[in-house]
Amino acid sequence: MDISPERQREMLRLMQTIRRFEERASADYVAGDIYGTVHCYIGEEAVAVGVCSALEQEDQIISTHRGHGHCIAKGADIDRMMAELYGRETGYCKGKGGSMHIADFSIGMLGANGIVAGGISIITGAGLAAQLEGKGRVAVSFFGDGASGAGPFHESLNIAAAWKLPMIYVCENNLWAVNTPASSSLSVPDVATRAAGYGIPGMVVDGNDIFAVHRATREAAARARAGEGPSLIECKTYRYRRHTERPTQVDIRPAEEIDAWLQKDPIERLVRHLKSQQGQLTDEEWERMDREILERVNLAVDYARASAFPDPSRATDDVFAA
Amino acid sequence: MRQISYADAGMEALIEEMGRDATTFHLSTDAPPPLVERFGESRVRGTPIAEGALTGMAIGAAGSGFRPIIDWRMVTFSFVAMDQVVNQASKIHYMFGGQARFPILYRCTVGGGVRMAAQHSQSPYSMFMNLAGLKMILPSTPRDTKGLLKSAIRDDNPVISFESTRLLTLVGEVPEEEYTIPLGVAEVKREGSDVTIIALAWLVHEALAAAEILEAEGISAEVIDPRTLVPMDTDTLRASVRKTGRLIIADEAGPTCSAAAEISALVTEDPATFRALKASVRRVCALQVPIPYSPTLEDHVFPDRNKIAAAAREVMAES
Repeated sequence: MDISPERQREMLRLMQTIRRFEERASADYVAGDIYGTVHCYIGEEAVAVGVCSALEQEDQIISTHRGHGHCIAKGADIDRMMAELYGRETGYCKGKGGSMHIADFSIGMLGANGIVAGGISIITGAGLAAQLEGKGRVAVSFFGDGASGAGPFHESLNIAAAWKLPMIYVCENNLWAVNTPASSSLSVPDVATRAAGYGIPGMVVDGNDIFAVHRATREAAARARAGEGPSLIECKTYRYRRHTERPTQVDIRPAEEIDAWLQKDPIERLVRHLKSQQGQLTDEEWERMDREILERVNLAVDYARASAFPDPSRATDDVFAA
Repeated sequence: MRQISYADAGMEALIEEMGRDATTFHLSTDAPPPLVERFGESRVRGTPIAEGALTGMAIGAAGSGFRPIIDWRMVTFSFVAMDQVVNQASKIHYMFGGQARFPILYRCTVGGGVRMAAQHSQSPYSMFMNLAGLKMILPSTPRDTKGLLKSAIRDDNPVISFESTRLLTLVGEVPEEEYTIPLGVAEVKREGSDVTIIALAWLVHEALAAAEILEAEGISAEVIDPRTLVPMDTDTLRASVRKTGRLIIADEAGPTCSAAAEISALVTEDPATFRALKASVRRVCALQVPIPYSPTLEDHVFPDRNKIAAAAREVMAES
């Protein structure tokens, strides 16, 4: 593997940050400190981190309703993320968005989105902008297996392929659209098969293998930067938790299936790999890293709690850009 | 002054603005030849028939520093892009806390009168007015079309330009020198003292014709064109009604939850304007039906100068 040990440990740190951030977000949601709902990405961390670690700073991504992982992987500040979940004025969206609408345009994170497939054409427009600019920037669309049956997916792939836009379409196939199994809603076993209909490469990768995700993304990014057009990468993965953290959220997924995926945990897998390599990660180092991450998440919560709620008069700000 | 058509005035606005700002580009299901010739196939693209994707792509490109122009052609086709309009374009600046700007122009034609039947004769601007976060223009003359479109392209928000199908071939004076018309400024198209007629797009011309008919009968009508639906120049509308004491609103859309209904509320909820009213407020709109094809049916459904004049006589008879 040509990723340096330092880089691999950084990937591990980001994956574990996503997990610890969301565990805390879920707990604070249940406690009533976070409103609305929270969609957890736990179990899928290798996709966001594997993809974003293969991108450059100026590359752009767009996320889904399950967006915390993409934010953290692209370099978002977890203080401002947590403050947004807490509905505070210091949040990324000044308390206007919440969990489902976190964006940070300054790091190329064009936003989470409450509409399944809603972001795919938006990020394809960023890909068009990248092509018009001609500076080699790449745009990445994250979406789920559910979105691959929606119109924007097909319209966008067709346009991106026809115009050779520098796009990477990353399908996070976690096998379930809420409680509808992909096996009953997809016309083909693999979403990646659909790439053939648009004349672009389609790859299926193990979405819990961060190196496989990283490598596939790097290849796709190289193609995009070379003007060879878009690629579709399907990452087979699994969400550990229910669709949302709402107490009323039903989960019909079979316990055996969940258990089987827990055995394929992407973080444990990377930890095992690093520990097996001489001198790359000791038990102690891993425990220390996790402790530091937990402390960092605590600081984010402290920051959120110390921040003020927005003044009610701010509700009429930013309807229009001045 | 030279005279050009409403459609040509619109094209002139695009040519000038694309010439002055290299971050503009144009997407539509057919690329307009005058733009392709000047700016090339990279910035002026004929696209697949996928209005939903185009509408969304404009948002992503705008958020990446560009100033896209999307021509939906008929407003009919905006409906297949409604998710992107309603859930994304109108809210994205606000929802993300104002951290990025989304300067986008969406163009489309509206209205009937050309025997195109229900799907291609729609005037649904009030559906869009109901959303927060979109500006919209509805010009009635070639001069206004060019000036408003230039302002719309320079605006840092998503702007929808509703352009009247009936007026595309209308010829009128358009200055050769550079000018813009600001968004949110109504124009008094004819001054009068007895009744205010606030008219939209094609109905501005019918209202002006009605004012001629009424003048012969000794009734002085003031005709005002809001020109911009969002933001609405409420002050100018109210000032006219305070002067005349009577209000008629003429629009090619049906009356239910319409721009005419909104104008009526905006004008009359102001206490001073309400006190100045001498008669009930009248809406002269299309009948609340899908627009039919056959000339006898379509002409019956739409308002015109005679219906406006009749409404004016009625409000004059009230006091």
